[in-house]
Amino acid sequence: MKIIRKCALAMALCATTALSANAGEITIATVNNGHMIEMQKLTPEFEKANPDIKVNWVTLDEGTLRSRVTTDITTKGGQFDVMTIGMYEAPIWGKNNWLVPLEFDASYDVDDILPSIRAGLSYDSKLFAAPFYGESSMIMYRKDLVDAAGLTITDNPTWDHMEKVAAALHKPDDGVFGICLRGKPGWGDNMAFITTLANSFGAQWFNEDWTPALDSPEWNAAVNFYVNLLTKYGPPGSEGNSFNEILALINEGKCGIWIDATIAASFVTDPKQSKVADKMAFAQSPQKATTKGANWLWAWSLAIPAGTKQAGDAKKFIEWATSKSYIELVAKTNGWASVPTGTRVSTYSNPKFQEAATFDEAELKAILSANPEDSTLNPSPYVGVQFAAIPEFQAIGTAVGQQMTAALSGSISVEDALAASQKAADREMRKGGYY
Amino acid sequence: MNPTLAKWLQAPSVILLLLWMIVPLSMTIYFSTIRYHLLYQDRTGFIGLSNYEFFYTDPSFWPAILNTLILVGSVLLISVVLGLAISLLINHDFFGRGIVRVLLISPFFIMPTVNALVWKNMLMNPIYGLFAFISTSFGLDPIDWLSDFPLFSIIIIVSWQWTPFAILIFMTSLQSQDREQKEAATLDGAGFWAQFFNLTIPHLARPIAIVIMIQMIFHLSIFAEIFVTTSGGPGVQSTNLAFLIFTQALQGFDVGVASAGGVFAIILANIVAIFLIRIVGKSLTV
Repeated sequence: MKIIRKCALAMALCATTALSANAGEITIATVNNGHMIEMQKLTPEFEKANPDIKVNWVTLDEGTLRSRVTTDITTKGGQFDVMTIGMYEAPIWGKNNWLVPLEFDASYDVDDILPSIRAGLSYDSKLFAAPFYGESSMIMYRKDLVDAAGLTITDNPTWDHMEKVAAALHKPDDGVFGICLRGKPGWGDNMAFITTLANSFGAQWFNEDWTPALDSPEWNAAVNFYVNLLTKYGPPGSEGNSFNEILALINEGKCGIWIDATIAASFVTDPKQSKVADKMAFAQSPQKATTKGANWLWAWSLAIPAGTKQAGDAKKFIEWATSKSYIELVAKTNGWASVPTGTRVSTYSNPKFQEAATFDEAELKAILSANPEDSTLNPSPYVGVQFAAIPEFQAIGTAVGQQMTAALSGSISVEDALAASQKAADREMRKGGYY
Repeated sequence: MNPTLAKWLQAPSVILLLLWMIVPLSMTIYFSTIRYHLLYQDRTGFIGLSNYEFFYTDPSFWPAILNTLILVGSVLLISVVLGLAISLLINHDFFGRGIVRVLLISPFFIMPTVNALVWKNMLMNPIYGLFAFISTSFGLDPIDWLSDFPLFSIIIIVSWQWTPFAILIFMTSLQSQDREQKEAATLDGAGFWAQFFNLTIPHLARPIAIVIMIQMIFHLSIFAEIFVTTSGGPGVQSTNLAFLIFTQALQGFDVGVASAGGVFAIILANIVAIFLIRIVGKSLTV
């Protein structure tokens, strides 16, 4: 019944949007991250420059956004003229002709986009989504606490060393937890982090013949390590924490170490929102058997669904929001340390940015070291660091994410969680006709 | 007005209501027998019952059914018992009765998502929630409600929202209870419990039946509270049938399998309804 209601709702929404979609009005679906909220605040600037275009925003959390835009684009709902998607969707949807290929004029300078990000958003060398901000993952830690403990964190430390540091920083009675990591179920939530951890232990999602490899000893070692680390030295309630929840904890000074998206660096070093802005330092992701795939690669990007009637206006907006001049506009409004990063070479070579940001080198290094084509110790058949770019992955990643959260909460053992995960992945791959 | 004409005049509304039910139902049944995956538009065709098989063999199927029944049963029990107790307590005149009644009923008018968010972030959060604050002020370790007792937490949240509904119904029907009868019973030496079982309960039989019916319909498809607080986890500990269908439809994008799940949900609702009607139906035929 639920799905019918959803369909009926979609129809109702289509009807209303069809009625209200005046010329010069575009609807944008986006995710509720800091940089997007900023983009909405700056939209009047765009509307001033283009008085005939009015912009409507639909802001959702990551999981809901994914469901909504995927449902909309596959049922040709036409609710949105611009969609915020990532590196997982762009090539798959581009291949299916669900997106309008993006061609910009010379002033946009498409060659300025970081090569790995551009490649990840293209299919058949056509760009299908323009990156709004790009990210990898890295270690962010409280230098004051680590120094006080007489320890150091270098680039690509071993996981065992990280455990030692987390143990030294863990003082729950003073309200500081050793390490905060994602635990909320979802392929873009806890699985993004756990996959990079597993990669560094030498694990991978699928074997060469597309059979799931979740029953391997490497996965077992990685997940056991994760559960143990977070149970001993993490905050309570990790099962509900994803990026935004942990960001709030860090900004309150409640976490010693955080390994997550590089984009967080500009938030945790921003004195306006972080109590520990001047105490944060950065390092490249930890490793165990390999540094391959130890840090993810992702870009939240803007794309135009093929069904829209407002493609021209939508392109104008995308061009504005992902241009060099937008980055300068944010710099003028909030300072160079708060600009959306990880997209353009010119941002990193800008002396003003280099001076304002304490994290620019670590961030660029992380982004440049991630390679979606080659992110596992042993050869694998799929593209993607923290995901596999196949349509089945969303269902698999979500199911496995649920199991990992259950293992973290201690309600089932790691072995049972991985066995159930393997079973779920195997079911989906069989249904998809891979073997 | 002859009876035939009356029937004909009723026809449009009856037909409309039938369509309202039949069209979605037949669409669901149709979708559940075809290959319909949003990400694979090229795979189509009739596949018989294999969507049902796929949904039924999902390891989370039986836990979800069990969770659905536990959720419905517990919330019904808590809200009816608490609702009865509280409505009896406020069934006589005292100073400020109006305000107390409004406060007691108000949780029912809060949106389910808001209700769940308040409980999740302001009360049950193990770091800065009110419950954690209370535990730590007594020197105890805070309980991580949503991770350690996910289903129980959701039962609490839903009960808090629905007990007021029961209070509202019972309170109004208690006002129509025959006072003289109660006075006579008191004179005859009947105590509180004797009066409660022999006068109040029979008087409230029908309202109780109605509360159980209406609440059952709503609780079989609880979704918002689960979605906001636990996302069905950890694992599948708080996944009910509605949430399982959601994960298939909107996280797996398989409309076929999700529709099969929808048909299962209809069957389950009917089974529960038949049992409940048997149990409480007797009081409706007075």
